[in-house]
Order: sequence, then structure tokens, then C-alpha cells
Amino acid sequence: MAAAGRSSRAGAAVRTVGVLALQGGWAAHKAALTDLGHTAVEVRTAQQLAAVDGLCLPGGESTTHLKLIERFGLADALDRFVGSGKPVLATCAGLILSARAVEPRQKAFGWLDVEVARNAWGRQVHSFEGEADPPPRGGPFAGQAPLQLLFIRAPRITAVGPGVEVLATIDGEPIMVREGAVIGAAFHPELTPDRRVHRLTFGDPPIG
Amino acid sequence: MQKSTFQAKVGLAEMLKGGVIMDVVNPEQARIAQDAGACAVMALERVPAQIRKEGGVARASDPKMITEIQQAVTIPVMAKVRIGHFMEARILEALEVDFIDESEVLTPADDDFHIEKHDFAVPFVCGCTGLGEALRRIGEGAAMMRTKGEAGTGNIVEGVRHLRSVNGHIRKLTRMRPEELMTEAKNLGAPYDLVKWVAENGRLPVPQFAAGGIATPADAALCMALGAEAVFVGSGVFLSEDPEQRARAIVDAVTHWEDAKKLAEISTGLGKPMSGLEINKLAEHERLAHRGW
Repeated sequence: MAAAGRSSRAGAAVRTVGVLALQGGWAAHKAALTDLGHTAVEVRTAQQLAAVDGLCLPGGESTTHLKLIERFGLADALDRFVGSGKPVLATCAGLILSARAVEPRQKAFGWLDVEVARNAWGRQVHSFEGEADPPPRGGPFAGQAPLQLLFIRAPRITAVGPGVEVLATIDGEPIMVREGAVIGAAFHPELTPDRRVHRLTFGDPPIG
Repeated sequence: MQKSTFQAKVGLAEMLKGGVIMDVVNPEQARIAQDAGACAVMALERVPAQIRKEGGVARASDPKMITEIQQAVTIPVMAKVRIGHFMEARILEALEVDFIDESEVLTPADDDFHIEKHDFAVPFVCGCTGLGEALRRIGEGAAMMRTKGEAGTGNIVEGVRHLRSVNGHIRKLTRMRPEELMTEAKNLGAPYDLVKWVAENGRLPVPQFAAGGIATPADAALCMALGAEAVFVGSGVFLSEDPEQRARAIVDAVTHWEDAKKLAEISTGLGKPMSGLEINKLAEHERLAHRGW
């Protein structure tokens, strides 16, 4: 029943959301989820992953994340988790792990049918704050204010597969995408006060 | 679009949390560090223990070696400048290093003034021994703090002292009444607004990392347990018997610092750590943590 419920679960409301806490900006995701009323749990082992209904793959260094996933034997568990159709929010380094192909070449899990280029906005002195283009018509943010963006040594999305929906752009370039229950963002919604991206991915936590 | 805002600078520090930043002196070491899972490297010509041994004036590194290291790895590359040496900092900024460490490990260039760090597009990290010093550096624009510890000794005692001092003082501020904060700011020699912010939020306004004397996975875990959000390892990796293994072990220990069973596995059979120095056998002029104010 691998990818069965994948698209039907998109935006489904979940209570307990894990944050992959191997390295990087996981604490800010945890705070954002707690803000929204979710129970946010740090995930460092396959057992911890099995106990959550959704997952954030945070920013940080994707090479570091890959090494730790490999050394602590988490690759299969992550693959199964995403394949089960539970909601996943992958930001920055998380987007890089989720892509189908990465430039310069490194392992990628292919949870999103996109290609990305690492650090393609430049080194840290080129990191920036900005505003997304007006949200695409027919998309989840249609008619709303543009997303506020923070890019830090961010990846660029260089190719988008046919089954992938572009949720946000800057100067026409895709920066946030969705395929099934997986949402990927090149920027850092967890570091700005706007909670729309987390809410879209995980829904409002069920009451009671 | 606004480049290099303070939020973007602190944002990179946020992304380095839970990681290990390793001192490297050439591209080969940088690759070893990256392969071990380092989240960034610090490019410098001599690690602190070598600087101690060889003496002389320690300056910012040759741009050639920094550029070679930038080409060798994809993770962020940091480099050090002397305290107060804003021209060394301009040069590193022109090289587009990802973080500048205004560091007591190099010989200070200015006894009175640190760099005005808000003026730069590149973020800065600075060392501190206590809360007042941390808030002075943040006031000048530092986007990340680290403890000074006592670099190049392989001895964690000063790093522990500085972490406890900063965090103990933060806890004290959170219990103070509002009218006590101005006097506390005066006593700390720290900007009032930042003292007030810390009292209200119970933490520093920028990420707080540990540095100085970390030589083992247990040292790294100890720093995390005392409230550090990531660690710098200077001489501890490449002056040990088996740098690859030790580098990996310290990375793993920072992720799993709460799991003593895992730490036991991680710490097993790593070969000899760097040899260490006792702090009370150092002469006053050999105490790097006393540089800067």
C-alpha cells in the first residue's frame, strides 16, 4: 500500500508532527508547529519516526544530514514514511534531500520530482529577505498576500516534473512546490512569523 | 529584495545548530571534515595548538588557502580575523567567506575596539567569557556567539566555565524585577536594550555555540548539555591520532548528546585524543581568553 493515499492525505489535519533533528534549523520548526497547536517531536531514530503523523525536514547542511541518515540507518524508514502518504514539509536542505536530482551531484531521495542546484543563489553574502510573487491563481494561497521569504545559501529549483504543483514563485522562478503530501520550499517559512506554509502542510490540529 | 539583513545573518547561524564546525588548514582536511559530517569548516593556517607552540604574531590566512578550501567543499567556509582588524575582515568579505570569526586565537590588532560588525554583509561570530561580553559583541553586530574556552589546550574546563557563566547570568536576569535591569546593564557593561531582551526571553538573541578545548565526543556532549547549540572543534580533530574517526564521532555525539548508550558506542576505540594542557600551568600571556574585553 506504498503510495496509496499519497495525494488524498495532502493537507490532512494531523496532531503529532516530527522534526528530523539530526542537525540544522529544527528548533524553529518545532516552535512553529507548537505555535499552531501541534505536538512537535524531535526525531533522531526510526522508532521516533514511527510514532509521528507528519514530518518536517529542516534546513541545515544537506551533506551533514545525508551522512547522519546513513550512519544511523534512517534511509529506509524515511523512505517508508514518505511513501505512506503522511504529510511532509521539506525546507532548504530538506528540499535538497527530497529532490530527484541534485547539482553538484549527491544522493537524493526523489520524494519530489524536481531538480535542484545547491547554494545556487550564491554564498552567504547573497542571502536575502524578500517577497514572493502574488500567489498563483487556483493555488492554495490564491488571493492572499504574497509569502514573506528568507533565503539562506538557498538551493534553486531548476526543473519541475509534470506531476508537481508550483505553489510560490519569485520573479517567475519556482521556490515552493507540492507533490502528493510532500511540500518543498527553498526558503525558510519557520524563520518568519507567517505560518501559512506549516498550516497548509499539516492542517489545523484536531481539537480534543 | 534585501541582501545580508541581520535576520539573514542569524538565519545561517540557525542552520548551523546541532552541528560541528571544524578547524582545517588545507583542502584535504576540509574534505575530511565534510565527509565526516561537519556543518562548516574554519579555514586557518595553523590550528590554535600550533599557534601556541610556535608563537609569533598570528594573522588572518592567505586568501589563496581560503579560496582553495572554498573550492574543495560545498559546506560554509568561515575564517578568522584579528580582534579589531576590520581590513582583514574587508578582505575576507571580498572573498565571500560565509562567516567571519573575530577571534582571540589570532594576535589582537586593537586593544580598545572590536570591529563594528553591522557594517559588513558577511555575518560575524565572536568569543565571550560571560554575558556582558556576549551582549557587547551582539551590540556591535555579531550574529552568533561562542564561548572562548581556552583554545588549543584540549582542556574543556574554561569552555565549561564560560558556558555556565553566560547561562547562569541569563537565568539570573529572568528573575530580576524591571527596575533592577538598568543597574545590571551598568554592572555588566552591556547595552540596556539587550539586557532587557534577554531578561524577557531567557536566552541570547543570537545562537550560542561552544568553542575552546573540545577534544572528545563526551566534551562535545557536555557542552550541548550545558546549553550550547553547536560546537567548534579546533585542534581536537586533526591533532588526534585518527582524525577521520574522531571527526565522525564528535559529529555523532552532538546529534545524540542526550543518549548515553549511543555516546558510549560513539566514544569507543577512537585512538588517542590530542594531548592537553593544564590551564593553571599557562602563563598569563598564554591565556588567549583574556584577549578582547
